[in-house]
Amino acid sequence: MWKSINGRITLIAVLTAVSIIVLVPSLTDRVPAGWKDRVPKINLGLDLQGGVFLRLAVEIDKAIENTSMRYADDARAVCREKALPVLAFQKAGDGGFSLRFPPGDFASRAQAILKEEFPSLDVALGEVKADGATVIARMKPAEIQAIRTNAVVQGVETIRNRIDQFGVREPQIIAEGEDRIVVQLPGVKDQQRAIELVGKTALLEFKLVDDGASVEEALKGNVPEDAQVLYQKSVDPQSGRATKTPMVVKKRALLTGDTIKTAKVNFGNQAGGAHVSLSFDTRGAKVFDRVTAENVKRRLAIVLDDTIYSAPVIQERISGGEAQITGSFTPEEATDLAIVLRAGSLPAPVKVIQNVSIGPSLGLDSIQKGVRAALIGALLVVVFMAFYYKFAGMVADFALIFNILFLLSGMAAFSATLTLPGIAGIILAIGMAVDSNVLIFERIREEIRAKKTIRAAIDAGYDKAFWTVVDSHVTTLITALILFQFGTGPIKGFAVTLSMGVAINLFTALVCTKVVFDYLNAKKPMQALGI
Amino acid sequence: MIELVKNTKIDFMGLKKYAFSLSAILVILGIVGTVQIYRGKANLGIDLAGGTSIQLKFQKPFSMDEIRSLLAKAGHGEATLQEVSGENILLVKLRASGKQDEKMVAEPMVNLLRQSLPGNPFVVESISEIGPAIGHKLRQDAALAMLVSALAIISYLAWRFEFKFGVAAAIATFHDIFAMVGIFWILRIEKDLLFITALLTIGGYSLTDTVVVFDRIRENIRLRKKGTFSETINLSVNEVLSRTIVTSLTVFIAVVTLLVFGGIVLHNFALALAIGIVIGTYSSIFVASPVVALWRGEKMTEVKR
Repeated sequence: MWKSINGRITLIAVLTAVSIIVLVPSLTDRVPAGWKDRVPKINLGLDLQGGVFLRLAVEIDKAIENTSMRYADDARAVCREKALPVLAFQKAGDGGFSLRFPPGDFASRAQAILKEEFPSLDVALGEVKADGATVIARMKPAEIQAIRTNAVVQGVETIRNRIDQFGVREPQIIAEGEDRIVVQLPGVKDQQRAIELVGKTALLEFKLVDDGASVEEALKGNVPEDAQVLYQKSVDPQSGRATKTPMVVKKRALLTGDTIKTAKVNFGNQAGGAHVSLSFDTRGAKVFDRVTAENVKRRLAIVLDDTIYSAPVIQERISGGEAQITGSFTPEEATDLAIVLRAGSLPAPVKVIQNVSIGPSLGLDSIQKGVRAALIGALLVVVFMAFYYKFAGMVADFALIFNILFLLSGMAAFSATLTLPGIAGIILAIGMAVDSNVLIFERIREEIRAKKTIRAAIDAGYDKAFWTVVDSHVTTLITALILFQFGTGPIKGFAVTLSMGVAINLFTALVCTKVVFDYLNAKKPMQALGI
Repeated sequence: MIELVKNTKIDFMGLKKYAFSLSAILVILGIVGTVQIYRGKANLGIDLAGGTSIQLKFQKPFSMDEIRSLLAKAGHGEATLQEVSGENILLVKLRASGKQDEKMVAEPMVNLLRQSLPGNPFVVESISEIGPAIGHKLRQDAALAMLVSALAIISYLAWRFEFKFGVAAAIATFHDIFAMVGIFWILRIEKDLLFITALLTIGGYSLTDTVVVFDRIRENIRLRKKGTFSETINLSVNEVLSRTIVTSLTVFIAVVTLLVFGGIVLHNFALALAIGIVIGTYSSIFVASPVVALWRGEKMTEVKR
């Protein structure tokens, strides 16, 4: 008898010691670093510590279309070089486009040339009519598939780079399904800024301003075929009013942001504002050198995501491979712009389809209210049990304390995430924890009424109530596990605390209470029991 | 011994007419409510319907009318506003209009209020924007979760008890879930993901009470060879009545604490749990066992273990 009792007491003592060692660093920061660093901790969910949760839809179709349009621009440039007159140009869907040529052998010559120049395109001859013939080019399926995969994989990588440079502790950026990205940024205070940083495509392009075209005509719809209207946004520093100035620029980008080696923020230039200096890699520097040499005295627009930031006149050939983006930036805007340029552009634009931002003050408030509710709930249950079941109720209360301790340390051991519904799960688990003891105690009462000795009544009570207790735990566990499987973040937290609480309860309600009764009986068989 | 109920001899089976009528009303309400939820007409939370919800904490008291007219001017006349009295907290909710290509509106809305109310600065406590596609997915997940848990519970009970007991327990569980939906629907309380969570949790929990009663019925059938099945049920329910009530009471105490002290986010969740516990307790006494009796007849055949 004593052997079994001592064994159980030792087990409980060891578990308690381990639990305290594991749990303490989660509750307070005032522990030695050597202890703190070696022990896993309870994570706080976004709803408790504040932060941003974003679900992004990657617009893959747009990426495919953009790539296809880049091919189209290049193809037309090639045709110009080879003196093949393109009469009309049309998008053809599914990453394709068609070019129409005048009658004669122009179309077939173009097909041959384009086939050779662009190995990743399927180039076919379309219908031949009296007034001309078309060539239809379409990206090969493998190429489209590559864009598809790359859009998400590269997107995750790029966003991670940006966030790392922005400085967020333990960000989570993961691909979800085929075209979604989930970004979790715990503890971020400036949430709008973080969302902009994540969601910006950041496609930087250098385009020549089309001096030959008139802006008035272009706004009426008469845009030259190789040009487009883009707007320059500027903010008046005094009034804070934003103005938009239209400009006609060439469609073809002379240079893009993927050739940028570094981007830095500089303060205090002539206007007193911040600006971003870029330096290109070798290839970019070479192209920039050639472009500036060929276009002295013309204006070069610096375009980011189809908005013109500035359009300076090229004064002279620039060979150092350096450029500057000026604009009316605040220091934060300039910093973020430098970050996105360094991290590179997203391969496909993204759209925010779910945004949950919790301010730090609300998180703190939730923790305080949740912890207070849990303490009051636990206290009321403890008082009720002690009142209703007297001594036995206090034994159940004693087991409840172990239940809560093991639950919290279990969460720390698994580095589980505590959310606000998770706190609700703990409160619910506290209420359910004593249920097992209620079932046992009611059974013991019946046995006592049946005139058994106290000791026999206790043993019979535990024995007969056992399966009922197990049944009730299993049904709750089933739903909790299903909630865990299907639930989103906060609700997962509820499922975690509830299921762990209920599972641990099987041990505390059966073992921790029984050992007390066994111990008392082993010392001297109990003659009476407050129950 | 303190005993809430003592040596009761209530004829529960005799009361089944009244109980079944009440349950029928609750379940019908629940079915209507479920259909309305499915049609998206039942005051769904932003997380299930898609849309935007913003919580702002102002420094000073604000005028609801002023904010309402500001939002109406910006084209958000259909937004619902809610004020947390005494705390200067404003809740703005805007349901998705159902168009597939909806833009996110929270940021411009916050900026508009910031610019229009320069004398009363606020902090953004939370923003939640959910695109229609996500709302749709979450609704599907919720429905699937309900289905899977129903199947899992029936299988477990069918394994532990005989099939008819399993089905009766499942009927009692569905009764609880429909009754909760019905009550929430009639009271026009918002139904969000946490409400679904409460439904599932109660589904699992209310089984506990049912299992306690069933365990006792099984035991009594083995011990008593005489009498009718209805008498055995009455005896069993009376015998375990006090533990049924006490176990529900402890959980009820915990949930009510949550309702009172848990704050605004958990308020409806706690309310759903509290209502669910009451219904679950009622159904394990008045619904589950009578259903078994109706189905099984009055013969005292032993229940397999």
